[in-house]
Amino acid sequence: MSPQTKATLQKLGPLIALVIMSVVLAAMSPDFLTVGNLLNVLRQVSINALIAFGMTFVILLAGIDLSVGSVLALSAALMAGLMGGGMNPVAATMVGLIAGAAMGLLNGLIVTKGKVAPFIATLGTMTLYRGWTMVYTNGSPMTGFNSDFIYMLGSGYVFGIVPIPVVITLVVFGALWFVLKKTVFGRHVYAVGGNPEASKLSGVKVDRVQLWVYSLSGLMAALAGAILTSRLNSAQPTAGAGYELDAIAAVVIGGTSLAGGRGWIVGTLIGAVLLGVLNNGLNLLGVSSFYQQVIKGIIILLAVLIDRAGKK
Amino acid sequence: MVVKMKDISKAFGPVKVLEGVEFELEPGEIHALMGENGAGKSTLMKILCGVYQADYGTIEISGRPVEIRNTKDAERHGIAIIHQELNLIPQLSVIDNLFLGREKHKGGVLDSRKMRELALEYLAHLGVKNIDPDMEAGKLSIGQQQMVEIAKALSLNAQVLIMDEPTAALTDREIEVLFGLMRDLKSRGVGIVYVSHRMEEIFEICDRISVLRDGQFVGQRVIKDTGFDEIVKLMVGREIGDRFPKRSVAIGKPRLKVGNLDDGHAISDINFEVHAGEVLGVAGLMGSGRSEIVRALFGASRRKSGDVWLDGEAIHINDPIAAIDHGIGFVTEDRKTQGLVLGMSVRENITLTHLAKLARGGVVNGGNESGEVAGLIARLKIRTRDAELDVKSLSGGNQQKVVFAKWLGIAPKVLFLDEPTRGVDVGGKAEIYQIINELAASGVAIVMVSSELPEVLSMSDRILVMHQGRQAGIFDAKTATQETIMHAATGGQ
Repeated sequence: MSPQTKATLQKLGPLIALVIMSVVLAAMSPDFLTVGNLLNVLRQVSINALIAFGMTFVILLAGIDLSVGSVLALSAALMAGLMGGGMNPVAATMVGLIAGAAMGLLNGLIVTKGKVAPFIATLGTMTLYRGWTMVYTNGSPMTGFNSDFIYMLGSGYVFGIVPIPVVITLVVFGALWFVLKKTVFGRHVYAVGGNPEASKLSGVKVDRVQLWVYSLSGLMAALAGAILTSRLNSAQPTAGAGYELDAIAAVVIGGTSLAGGRGWIVGTLIGAVLLGVLNNGLNLLGVSSFYQQVIKGIIILLAVLIDRAGKK
Repeated sequence: MVVKMKDISKAFGPVKVLEGVEFELEPGEIHALMGENGAGKSTLMKILCGVYQADYGTIEISGRPVEIRNTKDAERHGIAIIHQELNLIPQLSVIDNLFLGREKHKGGVLDSRKMRELALEYLAHLGVKNIDPDMEAGKLSIGQQQMVEIAKALSLNAQVLIMDEPTAALTDREIEVLFGLMRDLKSRGVGIVYVSHRMEEIFEICDRISVLRDGQFVGQRVIKDTGFDEIVKLMVGREIGDRFPKRSVAIGKPRLKVGNLDDGHAISDINFEVHAGEVLGVAGLMGSGRSEIVRALFGASRRKSGDVWLDGEAIHINDPIAAIDHGIGFVTEDRKTQGLVLGMSVRENITLTHLAKLARGGVVNGGNESGEVAGLIARLKIRTRDAELDVKSLSGGNQQKVVFAKWLGIAPKVLFLDEPTRGVDVGGKAEIYQIINELAASGVAIVMVSSELPEVLSMSDRILVMHQGRQAGIFDAKTATQETIMHAATGGQ
């Protein structure tokens, strides 16, 4: 086997795993392989996938963003609060997205200007943004939006069959794939993640690349928050807790290196779908949620171990 | 004790790294092991010290075949290695490092007193006086760290010492100390294998030399019966022509002029100008501020004051982006940490400095990019199967050419070179000198910092000599000699 074929196989590992898993599930449960169920899985996946797309950029920079779950909650609460105060739902959603990006920007500023390790910086803001959410919502869910726009965002369909969150996810995926693959900015993300010093000495605006990436991560979390709010028809103060870990899991299963500089967003999409299919399949098979966690943990570890073995 | 390695072969997967290699080392000799990068020197030495096992062949010590399966086995046979990258743990003290993995203890409790006594004894044995055994190893100079490594090797009672490019990061004075130590060890019957690219050192310190090429043993010579040309020919398998290719370039107008450059700590009061087509060498001892001049001018480090003119116009450079905008390029000292993004392809590395020029509206034009990369690969004769390969899979010389290519991509007016041939083998060096000559001929003004005096003397038109952060003088390379440069570099008037 030539090194190139080996590398390609390696990259397609998660996809092969996904296919095998789907075949097994289809054989074991007649409900799995139905259009309705599969679209439902994809709709459930969309929230994690969107967050994981942003996380892919952050991890390509050898960073990490632990604050995404809190950003999701705070921006969603803000959207709900503004709508409750009578603001136009579209405008309120826009403000929420901008707020999410601004929270990401603050993460980026702490990392670049404050020179704080991303893990610590976002651990701090994770708690800060969550606390702020609690203060803002007074700890209770915010409900009661009578808006078609908000309903459609999470629960609507295109052509009467494809859920809108799935469409949003695919459009965002396409755009971000293009950015990483074809633009100067995307190339600079890989370069800064691979070697920040060499990038700086080559004239790459290292700090600016990082600020954009952390802002993107915040924006993606806020977008996921808008969809979640719509799905639940309420903004929960505890929404998004633990979502950072699912997003990181999707990125890692997809083959992006936590050391930075290496990875691809296609893998992240596959990773997110794989986690969603696993979840759905185990539910259909009636596996208890306790065992589901055990199995999910094993899958994540297997993915990383296979990745390691292939790099030797 | 006599060490003989017979008919050693080793392959990694399908790649044969060593094939039927012979090597022998006698007690009390310093034996140079030379070859181009990738010739198999390091692999051979790693087999001798137990890091790798040979697929085929035998190792004999004092006439008896032995098996060396791991580094512990090697230690037991009295074989120690001092790696190119020092293996001390910077946060631990000198004593802790000396006894790492074989601490003296009483029932699990460290016997600090005993270890201190022994440490002082080992260091005294080497004649090293200026190392505080309680100091954190990371706070010692590179030279001192090397002494600690040697002390560690000798504390194991090593009879065979392998030194892999030990002088690469040493100052000239430290090299003298090291050589003194090596001669002393030699007189006590220790056999030393000396791996280095620096030909001058080989002729100064070694007794015999063995040469490898492409994993094969090509010959052994007694140093005093051989010469530079013969060894180079053994190494590269062909004549490389002039070691320093000649250049005949009409020197043009002044391009870069620098006045009163001061970075606030390492250098002050630097004044010079470089003309189109000229190479200005910068020489000096390590720590004299050689590299700091170009780093400050490029905006890679902070600058306190200093006026800079480019083609007669005053310019202000505060970061590398501004420098690149003005057409100034910088081939950095350490290509692995500063010059290249090792995990990226050759193509991506070459265009990193000027990707925006190959894009429209932020979107890279793939055709333009590949075309330019192919052109630069051909122009600099970069040997790679494919521009899409990771740059780390290339040899040192070809990696360095990639660094040159990325700066040619900005069509530079001025190019700073910091140790442009470090870690590059002898054939690759000649090619890089040729590139420098071609750049000069095309009107680029070049400032070349180098610690290798023959390189500075042969490649420069004029030489700026640094001494303790100030310029000791600018000399005409045609009339300067190693002696005049060293005299100025050491503060002589």
